[in-house]
Amino acid sequence: MAPPLISVHDLHKTYGSGPGAFEALKGLDLDIAQGESLAIVGKSGSGKSTLMHLLALLDRPTSGSITLDGTDTSRLSAKQLNRTRNGAFGFVFQQFFLNAQASVLDNVTLPLKIAGVPRRERTARGLAALAQLELDDKAGNRANDLSGGQKQRVVIARALINRPRVIFADEPTGNLDTATGAVVEDILFDLNERQGINLVVVTHDEELASRCDRSLYIRDGRIARAEVAA
Amino acid sequence: MRAADVVTSAFRNAFRSRLRTSLTVLAIFIGAFTLSLTNGLGTGINRYIDDTVASVGVDDVMTVTKADEDAPADGGPAEYDPNRIAADGPPGTTTTALTDDDIETIADVDGVQAVEPVKEVSTDYVQHGDGDRYQLSVSQFVPGMKVELAAGAQVDLDAADPQVVLPESYLEPLALGSAADAVGQTVVLAVTDGTGTQVTTEAEVVGIAEPGVISMAGAVPNDALAQTLHDLQAEGVPAAQAARYAQASVTFDAAAGEEATEALRDRLADAGYTASTLQDQLGTITSVIDAIVLVLNGFAVIALVAAGIGIVNTLFMAVQERTREVGLMKAMGLSSARVFALFSIEAVVIGLVGSALGVLAAIGVGQLVGGVAGDLLANLPGLTLIAFDPVTVAAVVLGVMAIAFLAGTLPALRAARQDPISSLRYE
Repeated sequence: MAPPLISVHDLHKTYGSGPGAFEALKGLDLDIAQGESLAIVGKSGSGKSTLMHLLALLDRPTSGSITLDGTDTSRLSAKQLNRTRNGAFGFVFQQFFLNAQASVLDNVTLPLKIAGVPRRERTARGLAALAQLELDDKAGNRANDLSGGQKQRVVIARALINRPRVIFADEPTGNLDTATGAVVEDILFDLNERQGINLVVVTHDEELASRCDRSLYIRDGRIARAEVAA
Repeated sequence: MRAADVVTSAFRNAFRSRLRTSLTVLAIFIGAFTLSLTNGLGTGINRYIDDTVASVGVDDVMTVTKADEDAPADGGPAEYDPNRIAADGPPGTTTTALTDDDIETIADVDGVQAVEPVKEVSTDYVQHGDGDRYQLSVSQFVPGMKVELAAGAQVDLDAADPQVVLPESYLEPLALGSAADAVGQTVVLAVTDGTGTQVTTEAEVVGIAEPGVISMAGAVPNDALAQTLHDLQAEGVPAAQAARYAQASVTFDAAAGEEATEALRDRLADAGYTASTLQDQLGTITSVIDAIVLVLNGFAVIALVAAGIGIVNTLFMAVQERTREVGLMKAMGLSSARVFALFSIEAVVIGLVGSALGVLAAIGVGQLVGGVAGDLLANLPGLTLIAFDPVTVAAVVLGVMAIAFLAGTLPALRAARQDPISSLRYE
């Protein structure tokens, strides 16, 4: 068996200190295989978002380790962390976080701009990513002029543009109606299957979770149960 | 993110909220405009004085007089000294006369390259043809000195024939016609000699001087004419009396620097003479103007500081508005340093736009005012009331950008310290 892409060992995260301290994660072990799609399911306050933030290297654990591709991430410098998030991860949030006044193309190529890719290459790759999501005719539009489903597709294009290893999706369909939500789900799972991009989906939607290879149910900072899809 | 991308993004971000940015730019504009205008005023007036300076004297000449040793320190009456003669300057001013011995002593002082006694000539009148006679004072011409001319040329010091440059105000009384017409005509100058007889001599008008602020009101003769007049005047005067001069012009090496000049002045003082350079005479005027400009600049800088606080305010609002965007960019791997750069450059952009517009407007207004002032201040030809020195203009723009940068650091730091997770929280 191939070594796991992400390996988590005895993960703890405590917010604050002293008597007011809140222990969001209370010792968690988890391996994510290459190409796997994983759902993290739980109620709000269960610690599922905290887990995703730690996996996405947006935050550092209080104790425990996260190994990415065999590298202990606690040893990475701030610069290396930035580079890892920029190059290896894509983010899809419930809210779109698009720059309303900028063009669709500019929104999609933002990660490349952050990475320091020259403008010409940014434009070419941005148009390619938009074409993949059938949005290439909207490249010049302002992000604000799009419908909700189109916006979420722009967000997926933005998450895809740097050819990430993992896409972290936090309630990706939470803001969409059922039909458009289903379309966005299809796109995400299609990427997972065809391009082997790992999916880490945080949701409280069990139906969405059931489409993933594995669902982790988090309660009170611990893994309550894990379900593997048939 | 590449530096070029940071700058273009900052530029674009600055104008995302157009009205808010425009108002802040307006505040900067007012400050920069005022600062440029007051600076321009100082530059214009000082430049005019500098230009006029050349007509008063030259840099490497000192005026030397005998030190007034017996002026009582306690303000009491001074003892009468038969050697005193009337000195240049307001009526009543007297100074101790320099004799030929003094001239030799001065010439021996180390650092004095040449010494020339100023030949006191007091003309009785000037006359053109058979016209009316008018009083005229004659000043001495120092090599290198330039009179601002309306027509003609400067006097030729080496010419054998007597030449004179007349002030413009003599054209009409002497019926010389226009300034151009006057050049080449001959006028008659009269002096009274030692025996009380009035004698005349002729001189060719080679140039017509424009009136200036500090330039002398009198006529400028060349050496030949000055010598002729002096000789005529000295006719019949006892020899001891003739060789007396109110002052002497000492030529020194101005390039040797301030200290060398000061040392020379000290040596002359030790020998019993008072020396003053042109800088000494003009220093007071320029320093008064500099002081006025400084005060005006102070007001402009206060306006700029207020505008800087406007930038702080604008950017804090921008940081607030773009919390999520900043959080997202940091999640996508943008470093805190780049976030800081984005916001502080945005502040610099606001400063640049405001100050560039302000400086341009000030230059435009300067041109307009220059035209109007030219009519109002016709007595001061050659005066550009508001002049712009490229260095000062650049300094204003850069200074405003620096203020803007400082103003931007606070909001930019807040943005740079933002935590991506809390920025992106939406529960």
